[in-house]
Amino acid sequence: MTQMKYTRDHEWVKLEGNDVAVVGITDYAQHALGDLVFIELPKMGATFKKGAHFAVVESVKTAAEVYTPVSGDVIEVNTALESDYDLLKSETDGWIAKFKITDAGELAALMDEAAYKDYLKTVD
Amino acid sequence: MKQTPLHSAHLSLSAKMGEFAGYDMPLYYDLGVLKEHEWVRSHCGIFDVSHMGQITIEGSGALDFLNSMTPSDFSKLKIEAAKYSVFLNQTGGIVDDFIVTHCGEDAYFCVINAGCKDKDIAWLQSKLPENVELKVHDDYALVAVQGIESEQVLREALNLDLSGLGYMKMMAYGDRCYISRLGYTGEDGFELSVPVEDVQILWHRLLAHPSVKPIGLAARDSLRLEMGYCLYGHDIDATTTPREADLEWVMAKDKIASFPEPTRKRVGIVLTDKGIAREGAEILNLAGDKIGILSSGGFSPSLKQSIGQGYVPIDYAAEGTEIQVNVRGNLIPAQITKMPFLKPKTKTGK
Repeated sequence: MTQMKYTRDHEWVKLEGNDVAVVGITDYAQHALGDLVFIELPKMGATFKKGAHFAVVESVKTAAEVYTPVSGDVIEVNTALESDYDLLKSETDGWIAKFKITDAGELAALMDEAAYKDYLKTVD
Repeated sequence: MKQTPLHSAHLSLSAKMGEFAGYDMPLYYDLGVLKEHEWVRSHCGIFDVSHMGQITIEGSGALDFLNSMTPSDFSKLKIEAAKYSVFLNQTGGIVDDFIVTHCGEDAYFCVINAGCKDKDIAWLQSKLPENVELKVHDDYALVAVQGIESEQVLREALNLDLSGLGYMKMMAYGDRCYISRLGYTGEDGFELSVPVEDVQILWHRLLAHPSVKPIGLAARDSLRLEMGYCLYGHDIDATTTPREADLEWVMAKDKIASFPEPTRKRVGIVLTDKGIAREGAEILNLAGDKIGILSSGGFSPSLKQSIGQGYVPIDYAAEGTEIQVNVRGNLIPAQITKMPFLKPKTKTGK
């Protein structure tokens, strides 16, 4: 199991094998949004550059874009989320999409768990 | 930022606070928006709406003055009865929307929008004839108690019997408090206008009742949207006329003809496919031409679908007309729908 990495926009990402990145959103992000009422998932095969918005999660009060922390093609979409938003909370099943990536080095620049926890103290 | 007299009470409830009309207001509390909305639809919610303006227009010319500033006719409004209306500018645009209660002989109590109150008061003052006086009740707070259990809550928490108070009616309680049976949620409920020094104890007594939860402005917005009520500055403003806003029902019949036939109209819109369309989203016809924008929009917790309001050309305003709404580049099928989106449960007139 590789280490989980985090972005300043509260996405998490972890590597599966050498070139598949699994991406979801953190507990903090979910708590800030409140109860979700809709999720817009990316299309299979779509290509995203690091930092592009690839999904949207919506609560009653707001729509929040989810940005991919890495560049790559969408190879798997977690359609189970569409009928169960609570699933997002699960560390194993709460991922939004899996990307086939070309540059695993992009993960190196992201925060590890300790750094993300420190970062959370500075927000809100 | 300005604060209401209940500001510290909201902080002690760990409310998520945010700016609204220059006030630091509770957006939601620990339940969250969705559950707060559902709570009001099934039990009783209390809202601090003390940011709203409370004014009285009184004097021998008060009735004529009000009739001249609005498209309504208040001459048949009975004492203690309330009515919804709008102030109009010289071109017929809406300056504000408000509830007015005929609170005594030659006296009319108005609750005006927080974001409009300074402007309204200055504007009304500038137009005031000599035989009319404008009183601003800055020393009063306003608490809305909304939901099917409201009457029971007020009986049990405050020992008030309001079973005889009809919809859109006001009664005085003691010589300083005023209770009106109305609201902004479509539920049976009341608004309590009380002196600032009494509002803390009122709030805490209500909150102690097991049927009561505090409700923030976010759920207030989703509740009113389901009723198709206007939010000033969004669904109506100085560029919209009451006829365009589908508010002919507030107009005196003999005044309607003096306003031009509208070429566009405020309508209800539901998305017929997945997605949520919010304020600002473009409305398109089936050919893909832009025909308007959503003035309000969001997820309806009761209907579990996206609802909204917007202005469309009269040709598209008929119920059932199929349209599309642009949500982040996706054109989502939608339909013009009659409002309210949900049947109101307000007490019917007595």
